[in-house]
Amino acid sequence: MPGSPRSRTAPAGLVVALQRLGVILSVLWAAATIAFVAIKAIPGDPVAILTGGENVVDAAERAALVARYGLDQPLAVQYARYVAHALAGDFGQSYQYRLPVITVIAEAAGPTLQLAGAAMVLALGLGLASALVSAGRRGWLRGVLSGLELVVLSTPVYWFGLLLIVLFSFTLGWFPIIGGDGIPALVLPAVALSLPLAALLAQVLRDGLEEALAQPFALTIRMRGVGEAALRLRHALRHAALAASTLAGTLFAGVLGGSILTETVFGRSGIGQITIQAIRTRDMPLLLGLVMLSALASVLINLSLDALYRRIDPRLRRAAP
Amino acid sequence: MTGAGADPRDPVLREEARSTPVLAVEGLHVAFPGRSGPDEVVRGISFTIRPGEVLALVGESGSGKSVTARALVGLAGARARIRAEALRLTGHEGRALDLLGLSERRWRAVRGRQVGFVLQDALVSLDPLRRIGQEVAEPILAHRLLPRDAVAGEVQALLARVGIPDPAIRAAQYPHELSGGLRQRALIASALAGRPRLLIADEPTTALDVTIQRQILAVFADLARAGHGLLLITHDLAVAAQVADTIAVMQHGAIVEAGPARAVLADPRHAYTRRLLAAVPGPETRQSWLSRAGPRPERARDPRPAEPILEVRDVAVRFSRPGGAVDALAGVSLRVRQGETFGIVGESGSGKTTLGRVVLALQRADRGEVLFEGRPWSTLPERSRRPLRPRIQTIVQDPLGSFDPRDTVRRILEQPLRLQPGLAAGQRAARAAELMALVGLPREMLARRPRTLSGGQRQRVAIAQALAGQPDLLVCDEPVSALDVTTQAQILDLLADLQHRFGLTLLLISHDLGVIQHMSDRVAVMKDGRIVETGPVEDIFAAPADSYTRRLLAALPALPARAAPDAAAEPIGPSDAARAPGLEIHA
Repeated sequence: MPGSPRSRTAPAGLVVALQRLGVILSVLWAAATIAFVAIKAIPGDPVAILTGGENVVDAAERAALVARYGLDQPLAVQYARYVAHALAGDFGQSYQYRLPVITVIAEAAGPTLQLAGAAMVLALGLGLASALVSAGRRGWLRGVLSGLELVVLSTPVYWFGLLLIVLFSFTLGWFPIIGGDGIPALVLPAVALSLPLAALLAQVLRDGLEEALAQPFALTIRMRGVGEAALRLRHALRHAALAASTLAGTLFAGVLGGSILTETVFGRSGIGQITIQAIRTRDMPLLLGLVMLSALASVLINLSLDALYRRIDPRLRRAAP
Repeated sequence: MTGAGADPRDPVLREEARSTPVLAVEGLHVAFPGRSGPDEVVRGISFTIRPGEVLALVGESGSGKSVTARALVGLAGARARIRAEALRLTGHEGRALDLLGLSERRWRAVRGRQVGFVLQDALVSLDPLRRIGQEVAEPILAHRLLPRDAVAGEVQALLARVGIPDPAIRAAQYPHELSGGLRQRALIASALAGRPRLLIADEPTTALDVTIQRQILAVFADLARAGHGLLLITHDLAVAAQVADTIAVMQHGAIVEAGPARAVLADPRHAYTRRLLAAVPGPETRQSWLSRAGPRPERARDPRPAEPILEVRDVAVRFSRPGGAVDALAGVSLRVRQGETFGIVGESGSGKTTLGRVVLALQRADRGEVLFEGRPWSTLPERSRRPLRPRIQTIVQDPLGSFDPRDTVRRILEQPLRLQPGLAAGQRAARAAELMALVGLPREMLARRPRTLSGGQRQRVAIAQALAGQPDLLVCDEPVSALDVTTQAQILDLLADLQHRFGLTLLLISHDLGVIQHMSDRVAVMKDGRIVETGPVEDIFAAPADSYTRRLLAALPALPARAAPDAAAEPIGPSDAARAPGLEIHA
């Protein structure tokens, strides 16, 4: 049927944008609501829950908290105020850091974004290379690569981290052992984090490539005199990208939520570290902020994936909202 | 490999470029390694194709015809062992090309450039994620035939050449946005893009409606007239009759008969050719079996022929689609008599499958109702319909999708038997064996799984499963469309035989007029969700009142051996594409 929705009318783009915004807001609202219900469901003094223990705060601070969260107000008002603050990005003060939650998260987000981004790019590169050279082949290379993928998948990520530190930092001295700034400090943790992601992506990509290469259109393309590399890169990869992008999105959302093991092994700060601290010290405002952050990250990633699917497969465009 | 690097083609050939074969095949063997030594699927076949000649290689599936075609472009598979006395192509400017022992790189220079290849069903044979224009341009880019900025113009010229209107618009669309006919034309255009002198088409019209099939064959006829050599692979002699100059009949990897098309069709010498010809259903075969000699017995008619077993009253079904509602059925009424075969014919999208689903009460009618034996059927609640369901059964085009792949044939057959009360396990097993015998399958096949069966065997299992409930009415939706002609003949004969033995009523849905004419007592012609014409099959097709019925009839291929002399397979005339500019080979 001719005429994709894009070409129908000009305001359609605006409608779609508003719909997407609606989706984002409703997911955040739902996350905030669940968090609110969870707090209210915990028995005991709400101030104690918020502050992570009995008698943590003095009377003045207690009064400020009661006023801020409207704990003296009816439940409906408390809920409305809470959601309004949460949607505006105002989660209050983190007790542990004595800073606004949003500031704590923003500071931790930098290193996490660097690590997650670098690991994801590496994983995509490694996964693509492994899948492209081995898909549909029977030789030794395929055996070696899929064997390696299995080993990587069944090895804990901190073990890789330790191995890498021993090899490249202690023995060769190429990279800083722990902490540090800039690119050199990023290399080892990114590699360690990316290996299992790359193995998963390679498996899904290889399956997708092999399925595409078995389709009749692949035979047509070979019969045009197109070389094997062009067939894989220009045609089959796009078919394989559908399933692989779903997986990549899920994995990316996961590493954005913090890679606690990798951060711990390499002594990095990041979302993973503050999450574990927040849980340990029952820093409830910070935890709520982190919940909202991961909800936001996954809804954004899913919306991007939807858009990406439609870019990849024109047959999905008809069904676009 | 014999002939590899053999004598350099003598210059004399170049002088006689016009009569030099585009392709010469001598003693071609193709073998695959099997469990007990090499399994030879092509056994020393020879043929030549001259410029402007259409050679049809005809045979049933497994005869080796597709392997032959793939061997000619070096894509028979990595395990294929190919040997031949000669495999010679005349390339551009009359250059002789030896196809034996080519490296993968040299093969790539041949594919698309010297030989264009068209597969069946463009929906899966074109990359569904790329635009038509990109697909057609690919051979041009792969062989670096034109500067990039000239490609778009060439693509549009190619699309116009195969008769696609508005080529600029079509080039920007995706395969799924085009109709089946246009899509197939686009696939042909992409095979022409490298300007090959030889075209190979492997079942290029299978899966297309008859009218579209005729148009596509006309495109091939035009290309041959423009000087292309054409190798047409088909299981259907009726298709070959429409365009082929020469027919080579292939069986078990060998060519058993070859010659000018008219001679082969009018006076077949080999028993296999005669069997292939006899297997094509049509009006002349109504009194006979298709897969064996002898007349078909007259059907035992119900003593009360006026009593309808099925009555469809003014049924309408509307589907909502993005961009508006579609009337799949717009007020359809018909009465099917006890024991008859009622044919429903129409092209894809005419609503015939929806009608079948309404009759099976799998699709709710928005208006109207269906009566079974004079009592309400479609309006019943599902609970009260369930006990009656075994009496109305169905067979579909590809039963593989309706079988659980993990089930054995035994389980598939016993499943409906479990629903019958008071049938012990032993009785079920006996009944399953009985059903196998009914549909002509060996009892040992009960242990097999559907995937290991051939298409014809699977369809027999589907028929046996439908018979398990001892039905009165069998709704057959395109029961033979996925099968080649000889298997189709066996399945049609089986259905006719079962009908004769059990007094079954058949509602036969098909896009193939030949099948309908062969099988049906009465027929309804459907178009756009309506019945445009209905009546006894002899009357309808002897004097079609509706213009659409006439068009369907005109598209039906006729075979000279059987048809009256004046109706003998008239070769397809110039199509619209012939009038398009630039219809010659630019080599």
